[in-house]
Amino acid sequence: MIYTRMKKSIDLINERVRDGNARVVTADEMPGLVAELGEEEALREVDVVTTGTFGAMCSSGAFFNFGHAEPPIRMERIWLNDVEAYGGLAAVDTYIGATQQSTTREDQYGGAHVIEDFIAGKSVELRAMSRGTDCYPRRTITTDLLLEHLNQAIMCNPRNAYQRYNAAINTTDRVLHTYMGMLLPNSGNISFSGAGVLNPLSNDPKLRMIGSGVPIFLGGAQGMVVGEGTQNSPAGGFGTLMVTGNMKEMSQDYVRAATMQGYGVTLYIGVGIPIPVVDIDIVRSTAVRDEDIEVDLLDYGIPSRNRPAVRKVNYAELRSGIVEVNGEEIRTSSLSSYRKAKDVAETLKGWVEQGKMTLVLPTRPIIPETRVKPMHESVHGPRVLDIMDKRVVSIGESEEIRAAAQKLLKGETNHLPVINNNGLLVGIVTTYDISKAVANPGKATLVRDIMKKKVVTTTQDEPVDIAVQKLERHNISAMPVVDKEMHVVAMLTAIDLGKLIGGRWLK
Amino acid sequence: MKLLVNFSRKAGQKPIIAQVVKETGVLINVERAIIDSSEGEALIDIPDESCKIVKEKMASLGATVRVLEHGIILDETECVDCGACVSVCPHEVFYLDEDWVVRVREGRCVLCGRCMEACPHHALYHKEEL
Repeated sequence: MIYTRMKKSIDLINERVRDGNARVVTADEMPGLVAELGEEEALREVDVVTTGTFGAMCSSGAFFNFGHAEPPIRMERIWLNDVEAYGGLAAVDTYIGATQQSTTREDQYGGAHVIEDFIAGKSVELRAMSRGTDCYPRRTITTDLLLEHLNQAIMCNPRNAYQRYNAAINTTDRVLHTYMGMLLPNSGNISFSGAGVLNPLSNDPKLRMIGSGVPIFLGGAQGMVVGEGTQNSPAGGFGTLMVTGNMKEMSQDYVRAATMQGYGVTLYIGVGIPIPVVDIDIVRSTAVRDEDIEVDLLDYGIPSRNRPAVRKVNYAELRSGIVEVNGEEIRTSSLSSYRKAKDVAETLKGWVEQGKMTLVLPTRPIIPETRVKPMHESVHGPRVLDIMDKRVVSIGESEEIRAAAQKLLKGETNHLPVINNNGLLVGIVTTYDISKAVANPGKATLVRDIMKKKVVTTTQDEPVDIAVQKLERHNISAMPVVDKEMHVVAMLTAIDLGKLIGGRWLK
Repeated sequence: MKLLVNFSRKAGQKPIIAQVVKETGVLINVERAIIDSSEGEALIDIPDESCKIVKEKMASLGATVRVLEHGIILDETECVDCGACVSVCPHEVFYLDEDWVVRVREGRCVLCGRCMEACPHHALYHKEEL
């Protein structure tokens, strides 16, 4: 057991880095190396493991300082190429978020594109407005800027480099456009994100070497870990980092704007972290393989925070291109780029080998026991229960069409849920169905002959927003509200939605 | 060779494709077709040597025919090799090679356009659109 106490100091590692003698390997090489050499020998041999990831990181953005105009302006509302930036900072400071969309080009251009354009050396139009004050008399300004014109352009990303990310599938019968990309109906494909074996936090899940002040690769520049990222949840295996770097030193090779169709704008960015191999624990954690990193395969067809997991799946399976679900082979797509992740890890390896980057232990640790919480909601949004119509007029499936017509007239409704002998919902007929049956008299005489058997339903607990989505999607104006056994307990019609206005919910 | 055939159905519902097959004897593979009450568009695949005769026959029956020289094209300056296109393509046009670079098997493409929608980086396009 003496070997497990063996250690290598960060000073020794940095001495080797400065001398150009450090042995640096990328994280994907480490598992093979440890298998070949054994843990003790790997510790002696390897000084630094470099990691990398390149993918969509929505929680990204940058601080800019424009310098003062003459006469000066205290900018209150700010647009860069028609993308609004935050106006709540000092006079000529702003923060632009990657996902903010252009007021003119919508999801085809956003904050991420402004950042990429600046880095690419393109000109960006700044427009700003102000009330005007004694010290800042100017009220409007419009000017074309290059990145070099700004005093500072500091990328500061509140949540980057997710340790791993759940994979996505769609069991509904329609295409979903999500931040996990295009999900084909009927489990037609699987999409996933993350660099697996190369991912920075997966190589140091206990956050021993990754914390505040640690130097990193960010968008092609030498940046730094600020500390834990937003929604950081390392206790559950979903750690995140807040990172920063100088945009003026970044490269378009590692900073790319993107649009997820039907979702919006996001920023693809390359992040890499060098991990000093100081002891056996780090040897073990950096020997992690794709097979060891498991995520849930979630059904994005369920519009809830708690999406059900179809199965567990690891990165080796995801990257193989095919994952088996319930005996069926389903093709996978990565949203992040493994080639670019390797490029990041290799570039970082070059920096360390050439002594361009030395290593630093965290000045403040990130607490590995942290776990993310859901939102505390003091007021719950309206549910179907709050607005549904409890007066249900229904009809039996064996009744005559004429009886249905009479009920529709008497009940002053356009939708009749159809129930079987056990009182359970089996279909629905509308005024349209009955008019059609009357106008084209044929063989149909009973309700069951003309009813629609595929009924879109809701439940009492369903949030109204979800129910409204169903109405819109199916282009219908009413749905039966059912219980677990499929008894119709109420109806929800477009008219009931009027109750939201002026009531408790929308004032 | 792939041909994009557009025809109007207003002047009666002539079975254009069937008629061309019958009269020319060329076996036409319909890869994609959208047909509604007033018009239709079909992407067909035929042997290269039959291109002229099929084109002329279709035109004589009132269809407009366009030869599609290219399938989907990947703009390498925009592509980051993520692979979002790989699983959405119904014809397995895309794959990642051993260096994790996205490769295109253009000949398999039927220009359905699904990958263009799925690509986060606008790196895929039809040549005909330019």
